[in-house]
Amino acid sequence: MADYVEINVNGVRHRLDIRHKRTPLLWILRDELKLTGTKYGCGIAQCGACTVHINGLSRRSCVTEVGELTEDDKVITIEAADSTIAKAVKESWVQHQVAQCGYCQSGQIMSATALLSKNKNPTDDDIDRVMSGNLCRCGTYPLIRKAIKTAAKSLTEANNG
Amino acid sequence: MGNLAAITRRSFLIGSVAITGGMLIGCQSKGFSLLQRKSKDKTHLTPYIRIDQTGITIITPRADMGQGAYSVQAALVAEELDVELDDDSIQVDHGPPKPEYFNGKVLSELLPFASTDNSKWAVRLRNFTEGFSERIGLFMTGGSSTVADAHYKLRLTGAVARQLLIMAAAERSKVHKNKLKTENGHVLLPDGTKYSYVELAPEAADIKLSEEIKIDDLKLKSNCRVLGKPMQRVDMVDKCTGKQKYGIDINKDGMLYAAVRTNPRLGGKIISYDAKFAESIVGKDKVIPISGGVGVIADNTWQAFELVDSIDIKWEDASYPETSYQMWEEFENSFTPWRKKNRLKNEGNVKTALEQGDVVEANYRVPYLAHAPLEPMNATVLLEDGRLDIWVGTQIPLFVKSVAAKLTGLSEDNIHVYVEVMGGSFGRRLEDDFVCQAIELAKARPGDLIKMTWSREEDMTHDFPRTMQLAKARGVVNNGKVEAMDLKIAALSTTASQFSRTTISLPGLRMPISIPEAIIANALRKDVALVSGAWDQPFSIPNYRVTGYKVPSMVPVSSWRSVGASGNGFFHDCFLDELIHAAGADPLEERIRLCSHSVSSKVLEKVGEMSNWGSALPAGSGRGVAYTLSFGVPVAEVVEVTNTAKGIKIDKAYVVADVGKVLDPVNIENQMMGGVIWGLGHAMNAELTYKDGKAEQTNFHAYECMRMYQTPEIEICALENADEIRGIGEPTVPPAAPALANAIFAATGQRIRELPLNKHIKFI
Ligand code: FES
Ligand code: FES
Repeated sequence: MADYVEINVNGVRHRLDIRHKRTPLLWILRDELKLTGTKYGCGIAQCGACTVHINGLSRRSCVTEVGELTEDDKVITIEAADSTIAKAVKESWVQHQVAQCGYCQSGQIMSATALLSKNKNPTDDDIDRVMSGNLCRCGTYPLIRKAIKTAAKSLTEANNG
Repeated sequence: MGNLAAITRRSFLIGSVAITGGMLIGCQSKGFSLLQRKSKDKTHLTPYIRIDQTGITIITPRADMGQGAYSVQAALVAEELDVELDDDSIQVDHGPPKPEYFNGKVLSELLPFASTDNSKWAVRLRNFTEGFSERIGLFMTGGSSTVADAHYKLRLTGAVARQLLIMAAAERSKVHKNKLKTENGHVLLPDGTKYSYVELAPEAADIKLSEEIKIDDLKLKSNCRVLGKPMQRVDMVDKCTGKQKYGIDINKDGMLYAAVRTNPRLGGKIISYDAKFAESIVGKDKVIPISGGVGVIADNTWQAFELVDSIDIKWEDASYPETSYQMWEEFENSFTPWRKKNRLKNEGNVKTALEQGDVVEANYRVPYLAHAPLEPMNATVLLEDGRLDIWVGTQIPLFVKSVAAKLTGLSEDNIHVYVEVMGGSFGRRLEDDFVCQAIELAKARPGDLIKMTWSREEDMTHDFPRTMQLAKARGVVNNGKVEAMDLKIAALSTTASQFSRTTISLPGLRMPISIPEAIIANALRKDVALVSGAWDQPFSIPNYRVTGYKVPSMVPVSSWRSVGASGNGFFHDCFLDELIHAAGADPLEERIRLCSHSVSSKVLEKVGEMSNWGSALPAGSGRGVAYTLSFGVPVAEVVEVTNTAKGIKIDKAYVVADVGKVLDPVNIENQMMGGVIWGLGHAMNAELTYKDGKAEQTNFHAYECMRMYQTPEIEICALENADEIRGIGEPTVPPAAPALANAIFAATGQRIRELPLNKHIKFI
């Protein structure tokens, strides 16, 4: 058995000491790799602040032990979320001025990006289903809903145009 | 220093002073006649603008917890100075926490005068508190007071700076100042020549203003470029791209990571602990006893969490009743003459009215609630060579400084507090408990840079919650009208609890040293927060009484978004709704008829118009209205619900507030919306209960509030009829719960008198 763990974050491979095997990805990102855009809110998959993409799917990094990952699993954090969809989402977020304290928004943006990657034209119910895992204590939900719809529209227009 | 160009107006002096390569412009309060203790000419400047060869910096002393304070403060300056905030040469900086940046408005909320009361004494006392805040250097963000406090200070500072720059340009160009214009950080000559503010600043520093700049000289609303128009918040791009750094994100070379565990029976001590495992991993010297608990310093936060959790700890018992049930008993027993604290409203003859009519009677209650901002409490500290540095998201940096001095024995000059951007607060960061813990760790490890982070569990179980509140209400209706209302409210004293923890000595409170201070102290002792949101409502009910009872202290409590009004608004408005229904009157019309404050009447009328009040709703649906005046802002809300087979669904909410003047329509909408969601979410789903002296809800699985799927569509309107400008961070919270409960009554006939509502009815 290897005496290290290897993970692939934002296209860069990192070799971690084996003692980190049981450490949640969140804390490796924040404290070891200094990627602090991914936030800690609850540590038990209840708030969504720590959402990242692993192989394109949204995952709660606070309950994902790095030992579960292999170097083939591609982790993308908010810092490197620059796909066409992620960019459209971020732009739409700025346009609607979604953030208040902003602390939950990295997670919201990652969840919304994952949603739009699977579903180009989400209904209110689709949005509710996917986004209800992301808490916002400041109460920005109505703007998040609007921003997702705007992003969906601009992506569709870009595709058609 | 010198060359203070003094522009007096109301109570502000605006002045400038030369610095290397430029100038500082700022203001200071002139002082208030009755509190005047310092000599009038001993003035020094509190800068809000710095223009030097590196650019223009706007200093925004009120902290940002998500409410957009940095942006709105900067905009006040930018408007009058004629600069564009998105320009790269403009910096917005929280600046150093200093007493001169006191908040003059935050204390007035604690006075026993309704915000609608403009009598001579009310106005005088408000002025006293402003002077008092200056004397004690009350540097604080809170109480929805930022814009009220900053509005004229910052705009006048911007206007004076602009005048000085124009005069410098006039002197340089020999063109008369009336022919000069300003635009985007430049003075423009008629021939098209441009001088930048930065190049003019050293010359402007020598200018003496020849004439006064008055509030009347500030730009009229119609001429404003920035104010009143949708703004782009200065922090928006960073916050929508993951780039914003919060206190919890601090990473510095060589930094160590700490976690703590303290007695979940608040204020209790630690009896003993066994930390063998943790010590075997990080070493004995990195397991550190602190007040009421123990801390562990590790290589990363996760390891610190795990190790501190592994410690076997024996805690002292709680000094207060162990269960919520026992606490409620104490509340029930508090309606006695010796626990009576105030009767700030007493009109007509309630006693006779109750004796003569058919009495409607009801008891109401609301639970403890946690602040639980999404960013848990944290602080980063370094104690080295007789100097302490603290990086922390806080609403009270000077209190932090003073407690740090006490804990370390250092002089305050050697303590440096950097106020970090906050991932929410809702009042939580008006406390310094967590900073003290970090300082204790720093004391044990001089030379180590330590970031201490609370786990969510530590955060939830060590909150200073919003107090439980209990109300006994009685009333009489006659001839289709509300005739009498008698409201008795028992609660823990938030004011007393908070002041008991402050480390700055408040001279007027402990030992009155002047008559005005004694008056203020006396006013504060009335403990208005017990009944705020109930006693101060502008209704003319013929027989009308509100009495506050102080429950002996138990769980330490603190200010929670909208403080006393958060529960009292629910009591007052729901019971008023009960009476109106008993009278057979229309809920909206009767509120308008009873309302004695024209600004508020317009708010009620507007929400009626927006919600199409009176129009038919589908079967099973209902509409409720509620109104609360808090922090000087009247707010009316209408909520529509449908009673579905799966539970209550909130279809829509309408909210109208009058803030006097809207500075940023975008931000005000966000704040109002956030307040409504905060109010609705907690009313539906949230409570903090105690068992064995400990909070039972330890994380968000048990403390949910609003999530996306329950969030209704919200329509918002901000009116500008009031004379004074007010903040909107809190006032939309109180009417949300009663509007929802009243709507549920309209839809189902079920009157719910206890929060959270989901104890009694299911939500979808
Ligand atoms: S921190 Fe991972 S879901 Fe809350
Ligand atoms: S913006 Fe503050 S928690 Fe969502």
